[in-house]
Amino acid sequence: MSDGNSPMQRPPLLSLSGVHTHIGQYHILQGVDLDIPEGQLTMLLGRNGAGKTTTMRTIMGLWQASRGEIRFGGEPLNGVATPDIARRGISYVPENMGIFGALTVQENMHLAARSGPMDTARLDWLFEVFPALKKFWKSPAGSLSGGQKQMLAIARAVIEPSRLLLIDEPTKGLAPAIVSALTSAILQLKSFGATILMVEQNFAMARAVGDTVAVMDDGRIVHRGLMADLAADKALQERLLGLSMDMHQ
Amino acid sequence: MSGSLQTVLARLRGGDGARRSGLLLIAALMLLALAGVGSVPTWITLTLAGLAMGMMVFIMASGLTLVFGLMDVLNFGHGAFISLGAFVGVSVMAALGPWMESASLAVNLAAVLAGAIIGMVVTGLFGYVFERLVVMPVYGNHLKQILITMGGLIVVEQLIYVVWGPDAIPIPRPETLKGALTFGDVVLEKYRLLAVAVGLTIFAVMTGVLTRTKIGLLVRAGVENSEMVESLGYPITRLFIAVFIAGSALAGLGGVMWGLYEEVITAHMGMSVMVMVFIVVIIGGLGSVEGCFLGALLVGLMNNYVAYLAPKMALGSSILLMVAILMWRPEGLLPVAKGR
Repeated sequence: MSDGNSPMQRPPLLSLSGVHTHIGQYHILQGVDLDIPEGQLTMLLGRNGAGKTTTMRTIMGLWQASRGEIRFGGEPLNGVATPDIARRGISYVPENMGIFGALTVQENMHLAARSGPMDTARLDWLFEVFPALKKFWKSPAGSLSGGQKQMLAIARAVIEPSRLLLIDEPTKGLAPAIVSALTSAILQLKSFGATILMVEQNFAMARAVGDTVAVMDDGRIVHRGLMADLAADKALQERLLGLSMDMHQ
Repeated sequence: MSGSLQTVLARLRGGDGARRSGLLLIAALMLLALAGVGSVPTWITLTLAGLAMGMMVFIMASGLTLVFGLMDVLNFGHGAFISLGAFVGVSVMAALGPWMESASLAVNLAAVLAGAIIGMVVTGLFGYVFERLVVMPVYGNHLKQILITMGGLIVVEQLIYVVWGPDAIPIPRPETLKGALTFGDVVLEKYRLLAVAVGLTIFAVMTGVLTRTKIGLLVRAGVENSEMVESLGYPITRLFIAVFIAGSALAGLGGVMWGLYEEVITAHMGMSVMVMVFIVVIIGGLGSVEGCFLGALLVGLMNNYVAYLAPKMALGSSILLMVAILMWRPEGLLPVAKGR
């Protein structure tokens, strides 16, 4: 483990200690230990099937941890229902984006603004970052392209102020131009001090936005450190991920 | 491409095309029937009968489709609410005998309204108990849902026998709703006009609630992806209970309306009409209120036209219609895209 640098030493906003998750007869998470430092963007990397999405869903309470402890802001999250986890300040962008296709873009955003009318300043900023949302404001969200849906999913997750943002593979299946727009949007979110945990397979994006990184394999965290250190070490990349990041430029 | 054209195309992809297909299908059925019947007055009478039947089936089916869409619950006990609503509503109307026999339309409607409201309140409350005791323990298991809700239906039927006795109970319609209005050769049954008006009102109210209120948006979102609704901070179970109660109350209202339509009520009337209710829900697309409305109109019209043109085919016509629609659109007219 390569600890010892300043971003890693910040107090964790979210911590998982020895978390196990079973889905039916399958033992997916097998003792995950993970700290998410406040104000940082932590990348969660790993091969397919390593347990990254399960980790996200376990944090959100969509699947219950069978063992171990999850603490958010010092408070335990185990056994807390998903809506209460969201109301404590964790926003979630799932891998399939979770867009309500029969609802308009506006209605999707309206539902995400739990505490009342949408904050206009925040909405204006989102329109600036994702102009397509304004253009298709009254259109059914199901008719948007994949990239526009992803933009809506992220906008929906940040329209209500939250303390932690979980994003699961935001660039999956998107064109490079859209990936570039998403990258700059996420960098903007970072610049506002957002705490983010992101699963990503696109290493170029991971390197561009990540502060810290955790790598999973077989349901466990096998590496924690700075994103810059992992990006600079091809041998480590090949050992942990089975390939070099340069292959994904 | 201009923004407005993009918006129009987006709306077509979003379901307007399917909606239009459903409406065209209804129009085609009506025109075909006109050609088959040959007489315009008879066709108008049959069309009104079909619309009235469709509206009543829609009232009964709309709650069921939302219950399925929201929590994936197959409630075969829905027929119990139809029967219970009918018996409670009729008991209220029987207690208001002089109002039913009055020559004033307003007084007659007040009696029907009282029966309908009390029937809805009782079935709504009963729906809450049914959901907590019978449905909640079997969330996520379709086979158990079918078995236990069928069991619940049988228990309720037996309880109706205990309270109201085993015999069918005839219900005379209110005085001013008996008979028909005639315009030349066109005969319009008064009660059917009322049924159409009630059905359209319920559809308009439901559409308004589902599209213009936050709770309606949550229901529509929950039908698509209940997990995401929870992830946004809304407890889906509470929403589901509210929908289950509303759906039960609507089934109760449908029971009152159907009882007056048939002019007789029996404990197993709910189970009998459930065949048609399920056909309508399947034709419309599981979870879709709008699809349910279109499906109910199609089934009601088809049933009445075929009963006139080929009486022996009437029973099977709805099933044939369902088969044909499923071959054309395997997920129904306006299916809800599931996101979970």
